[in-house]
Amino acid sequence: MSGRFFFEVIPRSVYPFSRTRRPFDRMNLFTRFLFELQAITNLLWRSIKGLTKSPRYFGEIINQMDQIGVGSLGIVVMTGFFTGGVLILQAYPTLAYYGAQSNAGQGVATSLIRELGPVLTALMVAGRVGSAISAELGAMVVSQQIDAMRALGTSPARKLVTPRIIALLITLPLLTIAADLFGLIGGGLVANQLYGLDTNTYVSSVRTGTDINALVTGVIKPIFFGLIIGLISCHKGLTTKGGTVGVGISTTQAVVLSSICVIISDFFLSKLLQSALDSTLF
Amino acid sequence: MVFDVWKSGEVLGEEELCGSHATVINERRILPAIEFKDVELAFDDQVILDKVSFSVRRGETKFILGPSGTGKSTIIRLILGLLKPDSGRILIDGEDITDFDDVELMRIRKNVGMVFQEGALFDSLSVYDNVAYRLHETKTPEDEVEHEVRRMLRFVDLEDAIDKMPSELSGGMRRRVGIARALVGNPNIVLFDEPTAGLDPPTARTICELAIKLRDIEDVSSIFVTHEMNNLEYISTEYAILDREGNVGFELEGETRCQLNTEVLMLREGKIVFSGRDEPLRHSDDPYIRRFLRGK
Repeated sequence: MSGRFFFEVIPRSVYPFSRTRRPFDRMNLFTRFLFELQAITNLLWRSIKGLTKSPRYFGEIINQMDQIGVGSLGIVVMTGFFTGGVLILQAYPTLAYYGAQSNAGQGVATSLIRELGPVLTALMVAGRVGSAISAELGAMVVSQQIDAMRALGTSPARKLVTPRIIALLITLPLLTIAADLFGLIGGGLVANQLYGLDTNTYVSSVRTGTDINALVTGVIKPIFFGLIIGLISCHKGLTTKGGTVGVGISTTQAVVLSSICVIISDFFLSKLLQSALDSTLF
Repeated sequence: MVFDVWKSGEVLGEEELCGSHATVINERRILPAIEFKDVELAFDDQVILDKVSFSVRRGETKFILGPSGTGKSTIIRLILGLLKPDSGRILIDGEDITDFDDVELMRIRKNVGMVFQEGALFDSLSVYDNVAYRLHETKTPEDEVEHEVRRMLRFVDLEDAIDKMPSELSGGMRRRVGIARALVGNPNIVLFDEPTAGLDPPTARTICELAIKLRDIEDVSSIFVTHEMNNLEYISTEYAILDREGNVGFELEGETRCQLNTEVLMLREGKIVFSGRDEPLRHSDDPYIRRFLRGK
């Protein structure tokens, strides 16, 4: 019987407004979306509340930052490096056609710092960390460890969700900066080695393309993406049902859903930040 | 109902003579550890529990029998507040927990130990850290933690495994660690959810002995969900005694002592079909009960 119904897996105390116990599978898409949204908002609220009172799990936050941040550094750096390289590789001939090759660095800087850096880093982290989070939490649900945790008087939101989300909020911007940096280096290398562009020209062009708006955009975005990845993966993990098969399903869903949400929210965030930043200080 | 006598206060006769102090102690004594009043729970159109009422006295072990899917484990989840009933009330130590929020439930859960089917040990923590979990959460000094963890592991006879990881343990050992973890903080209620399922008979017997020790020596109230009849056989006919050296022995009930603190509740499709001692259950003419006991 256990795990058969949505609300048996996650009790009503987590979803206080869900008086109807309709099996989750039989809802239509829109109702399901609303329920998921409610659940995720609720999880966010509970994980924020987890910070206001002790026990706070600082050790666990550091541990997660190590796993998420330091652990993802390699793939993120590589992603950034080759993306920067390929940008120059494709753009340089066109720029050279118009005689604008000295602006190559500006193009890489703008597209990397504003868009590709944050989005690609978030996608890589969603794949690596999102899947790990939801698989770990899902396995804990299936083996009743989450129930055991609650029975022992600990809130899983506070102990498991809050540290992971905070770790993502801190490390994702840092990872993005690393990806941006290595992307610029990769672009510079390609420009210099393959097309013979002078390094000083490249660097000064990069500096033209790097304004304060781009930097602010490039750091604010990954904070949101970190929140999205953390919330969706934790939610999917904690609502796992149906044994080991369920763990597989929730892991897939976590990665797919957080990747899509990252890409969609990127558009709206870009628009929002564009109008907000352009009309204010900078 | 069988337990009405406990609730109505008719047994108060003697302590009225002993003064108010005794009355207070005995009132705590007669207040049931767990009480269900007309509890109903349904998922969609499937009824899980249908007006279930029962109570568990202090120091009593209540067996919940029934085939899979009759709501046995649901009862345990309701007691812990992991699920909420659709209607009816649930009382723990006389406190109505039905409408408690998570913070209040956490307070209640501190007095309730739970032993899960497969032990549900935290994979990432060693046996020591698993047993110490509750104490680490409350920031207890480490020397006290170690003392308590060793005491509990001695109780389940697993002190040697203190530094092992859960993956290195056998099924029976995992469950014994689960029991040790549930007993930290001396809860006065312990819930067993099919603790012997899938274990070999001697290991299953060890788990039952632990339950008997808890009941007779530690005075713990417990609910024992199972569908294995030999568990009932052991727990309802034997009692634990301490000899002069403090060693625990097990004796069959007989001419000197009679076992009164183990009762059976049998469920069928969310309804109670039997409630009482084990002998009437064994001699029952009800075809459903006979079929459950003998398998045919």
